[in-house]
Amino acid sequence: MRIDKKTGSLLAVGGLGVAVLLATARPQDGKPVQVQLCDGETSVSLPAEPASRAEAQAVADGLMAAWKAKNPERAWVMEQDGQDAQEALLQKRFQLVGPYDNRAMLGEGQAEGHPYRDFTERDVVLWEREVRRLVLEGAQVFHDANRLGSTIAVSCDMCHPDASNTHPETYPKYQTQIGRTVLLRHMINWCIEHPVRGQPLAEDDPRMIALEAYIYAQRKGKTLQYGRH
Amino acid sequence: MKSIETRYMEERQAAIEGLRGLDRRAFMRVSAAAGAAALTTGAVWPHSFQPLTFEANGASPLEESFRIAYISDSHLYTKEVNDRFVRSILRAVDDVNRMDPQPDFVFYGGDLAQLGQPAELELGAEILKNVKAPVRMMVGEHDWYFDLGRKWRELFGEDRYSFDHKGVHFVVLNSVVEQDFWTARGLTPMERMQTVAGLDNGLQNPFMVGEEQRTWLAKDLERIGDETPVVVFSHSPLYHLYKRWNFWTEDAPQVQKILRRFARCTVIHGHTHQPLTNRIGNIHFHGLLSTAWPWPYAPEGLPELTVQMNRPDPFNPMDGCGMGELEVSADGLIDKVYRLWNRNPVTVSAAYLKSNGQDDRPARTNASSY
Repeated sequence: MRIDKKTGSLLAVGGLGVAVLLATARPQDGKPVQVQLCDGETSVSLPAEPASRAEAQAVADGLMAAWKAKNPERAWVMEQDGQDAQEALLQKRFQLVGPYDNRAMLGEGQAEGHPYRDFTERDVVLWEREVRRLVLEGAQVFHDANRLGSTIAVSCDMCHPDASNTHPETYPKYQTQIGRTVLLRHMINWCIEHPVRGQPLAEDDPRMIALEAYIYAQRKGKTLQYGRH
Repeated sequence: MKSIETRYMEERQAAIEGLRGLDRRAFMRVSAAAGAAALTTGAVWPHSFQPLTFEANGASPLEESFRIAYISDSHLYTKEVNDRFVRSILRAVDDVNRMDPQPDFVFYGGDLAQLGQPAELELGAEILKNVKAPVRMMVGEHDWYFDLGRKWRELFGEDRYSFDHKGVHFVVLNSVVEQDFWTARGLTPMERMQTVAGLDNGLQNPFMVGEEQRTWLAKDLERIGDETPVVVFSHSPLYHLYKRWNFWTEDAPQVQKILRRFARCTVIHGHTHQPLTNRIGNIHFHGLLSTAWPWPYAPEGLPELTVQMNRPDPFNPMDGCGMGELEVSADGLIDKVYRLWNRNPVTVSAAYLKSNGQDDRPARTNASSY
């Protein structure tokens, strides 16, 4: 259990692999603490903040039990479990390279009294989760001939396993065959039109953004060398 | 009336046959006697075959050199789904049919189909019927994991076998055996196939030859003398290169142990779609080109002896693809020829491997993998 000093919320990880976000009112002397489940309705009043992880877990379990009693038809735990399992499976399948670890930005120091840089663990978790999601989405498009719009069942990974030999770090560069200086997305579109034999994607097509995200992610740590052939 | 060439070839053949079955000591006697005879008669044998010639070659174990062509990794969908890969294998078939003289046989290196569909394998079988020379087949993972080899075996027979040709012992293995990852996850045959078909799909297991085949191989080789040239075909490289893409055979070290005693042993593998060269002890390893697409070189584990081909041109979908030949010399070793379409052919010679890269090095790349 972590107590987030900025927002006063608790993040408890339940025994079923379920993240339960509990919003609490900031405890004040002698006043009870309101703890609310993330459905925005179910809540409980405590005489004080839980003193240990076990106590917090008991509170979370109690709230969950109340929610389940109110919603006997909704199997949300199963759904959440399935999603986690699915993401774990995809991670194992694609072996995605993880994003930069921003944990070093947490802690005491200049951040005190500097609102823009006063990050919380929750910020770090959010950044990582969201960027991973986009990269994972890109991995799926990259490996899916149908989503790429291929008319000959060809996907990117058939020539570029793990996005190898894509060299996003070498753009912009002049491509004689295209007749101008191009960015990665232009080369992606060239591949989609020719070896993949599909229609080029709009530059802001969510698939294009996801593809770029995946390709850049897999080349983490490479030195930028624009213009390299 | 026989021509000079015919008489020459007959004499040569007789000389070779006379030598076969001689142990080294008897061979030396024959050589000495022949040498002495030549001296006393003052005969010059410009058209004949003095046994000494053969001794100089290190007791050549083969009757004659010969040539094998190969086609590999065509990854056929049905032609309604993808015509490009169909046209590529047809080009390779034309190439081998135009070879003059014709190769003794054409070896197919596996991955004839893309998703192991019966219609894909049937299309491939039909296309390969146009090859004029006899065809020898090997299975790849793309042929296998839809129905676990049922259709492939129905069309082409056993997935592991051996045969002898002109003094060389050939062995064909099924090196793409994977431990069951599909039953526990309840995958359909198509899901299983698609999992294996993704080179970078981490949900599968490493390839292996497996204990059953290793036992078979050891038994098959029992009767083969150490000096007999042995050529092993395996779809995946029979060494550890890069596990993530199954450029890898898990039990390769055990297979190498079985092959170690042979003085002349060459392993030819598909799967990697690129010129790839390695040597471990006496064993020489060569990769095959694909007709469908080239793979990038693995980011790690590349054998020192490999001279990379230039990175393929993305603006030319045939670049980096091709077919090629195995030139089996009279000494039983192999010069590997990569016939890259749109490029000059590259030969990786036995001399290059024997000298550990000192002699006869192929031209270096100026566009290496990175």
